[in-house]
Formats: sequence, C-alpha cells, structure tokens
Amino acid sequence: MIDGIVELLRGMGITLSHLFKKPVTYQYPEEKRPVRYRFKGRHELKRYDNGLEKCIGCSLCAAACPADAIFVEASENTDAERFSPGERYASTYEINMLRCIFCGFCEDACPTEAIVLEDKYELSFYDRASAIYTKEMLIVPVPEGGQDTPQITEPGMFDRSIPDMENPK
Amino acid sequence: MGLEQKAGDLGIVTHRLEDLVNWGRTNAMWPLLFGLACCAIEMMASQAAHYDASRFGMELNRPAPRQADLMIVAGRVSRKMAPVVRRLYDQMPEPKWVIAMGDCASCGGIFNNYAIVQGVDEIIPVDIYVAGCPPRPEALIDGIMTLHESIRQESFKDWA
Repeated sequence: MIDGIVELLRGMGITLSHLFKKPVTYQYPEEKRPVRYRFKGRHELKRYDNGLEKCIGCSLCAAACPADAIFVEASENTDAERFSPGERYASTYEINMLRCIFCGFCEDACPTEAIVLEDKYELSFYDRASAIYTKEMLIVPVPEGGQDTPQITEPGMFDRSIPDMENPK
Repeated sequence: MGLEQKAGDLGIVTHRLEDLVNWGRTNAMWPLLFGLACCAIEMMASQAAHYDASRFGMELNRPAPRQADLMIVAGRVSRKMAPVVRRLYDQMPEPKWVIAMGDCASCGGIFNNYAIVQGVDEIIPVDIYVAGCPPRPEALIDGIMTLHESIRQESFKDWA
C-alpha cells in the first residue's frame, strides 16, 4: 500500500513540476511558429531579375494538378508587348485555393520554375468565389532594377521560352 | 423591422449593448465535436497545448449539438453523411455559425466524385471557408478569428 502511495505521489510530482516549466503554447496571432524549409503554402508566380514573368503559359501545372485547381490561358508574346521569354505567356492564371491540396505537383511540373509554393497558410474566405486567386494576386512584385510587364524588347533577344538558367537549387 | 425602429433611438446604449453581446458571442464560442476525416487531426492539434484554442474561449468541444455555437465541419462529407450534418445543424440553437475547414468540406477538394458532397454549403449555410489540405492549426485559428471579426461587425439589425 505504501508503494502505491509513493507511486501516486511520484506521478503527481511530475504534474506539479510542469507547473513551473515554460508553457509550450505559441501565442498564435502575435507569435507565429516558423514553417519548415520545405513547407508548401500558398503559391507564388516568380519573375526573372529583369522583371519578365517566368510563367510561359504551357499549362503543364494544370495538367499535373490532381485536383484540377489550376486554370491557365496563354496568349502570344510580341516584342512590343512582352510578358515572358518565348512565344507565349499566361494571360489568365487562376488557382482555386479551396480545390488546391498543396501537393506541389505544379511546382515539379513547371519547366521554368515559375510557380513555387511559399510559406503563407492563412487562407480563410467568406465565400467560395474569393478563394480563386488570379494572376495579379499570385505574381510577386517586380524585383529591384527590373521593369514591369509588358516590356518592349529587342527582336531576337528572348526567343527561347526556357532561357539558359543556372542549375536548379 | 429591427429593434432600433421598435425601441426608438437608443443612441449610445444600442451601440454598447451590441459590443457587449458580440464580445460575449466571440469569447465563448463552443464548437461542435465534428471531425470527419484527416482535418480532425489538425482541429485536435489546434485545441492541444501548442495552439490552445481555449485562449479564445473555445476549449470545450461539445459532443451535443444543443450546447454548441459553432460547427467546424472538418473533413469530407459523404452523401450518406449529409442528412446527419443537416440534422445536427438544425439541432444547434441560434445563434450558430459554420466553418468549412479544409478543401473537402469547402468544395469537395480532390474528391470530385459522386460519393462526396461538393461543399457543405450545398446543405448548410457556411460562414467561413478555410483552405488547406488539411489546414495548419494556425490556419484554422485564423479562420476562427476571421469569423470573430465578422461577428464583431454584426448589429441588432442583422439579428432582428
């Protein structure tokens, strides 16, 4: 019986010791827990350093998407009005965040590394229509020293859709 | 016809009473225990020590709909489950709110087939949709805070 009481007290002692430990709670809205390096959150459409969009409107992401969440519509680039290198660019790019399962297949399918799943996860909506993110909402701001699209470019300068890139990181 | 017309110009009293009632509604919102699939794991995590939903007065997940204010539909709703969801919603006392947590509850998500309800808004009115598959506990808490924000904007006119 004494053994039982000792074991009971030992258990309660552990409970008591937790009273004096630092609480593990993250005070969420104020203090955010950093996400992991490979976390997959909301998408972003990337740009090259000169401001041209990486997306060439090939729809491979839409084909790879298991949930059919992506809609891409491509249009022709011209040298007077250039959005991306190569022949075409995505004139419409929509992702339904309520369909997307954040698997990252679009990221894998993209030949130009244009779409990247970043670290934003706070996606709550009042209605379903506002969950459809358009190209304007997804694309990153123009980097410093770059120029906003559409750009006027020299003929023959951006003929290839996939320019010579450095090795993927 | 709202309360303001019936009671005349209550001025500052009405305003303060609204604030008080909305404060009460947002700070003791008990969710209905309603996990249907993998999102339920994240819903549990949002109530466990690390994210601790009781900071917002919602530590009590009521298994009985009569005691609940908020229905967090966490997971895919099959066609067979749909009547049960509707009945539980009807049994909840007013005022009541619904959060569709995750892709499946919001719009069917990846399960675009005959067996799954393509969004619980087919059967019950949804206030907040939380995207993610499943959403992180923070994302759910963010959805709850968005709901709280919309409740704080409510006035007597909306209730009457």
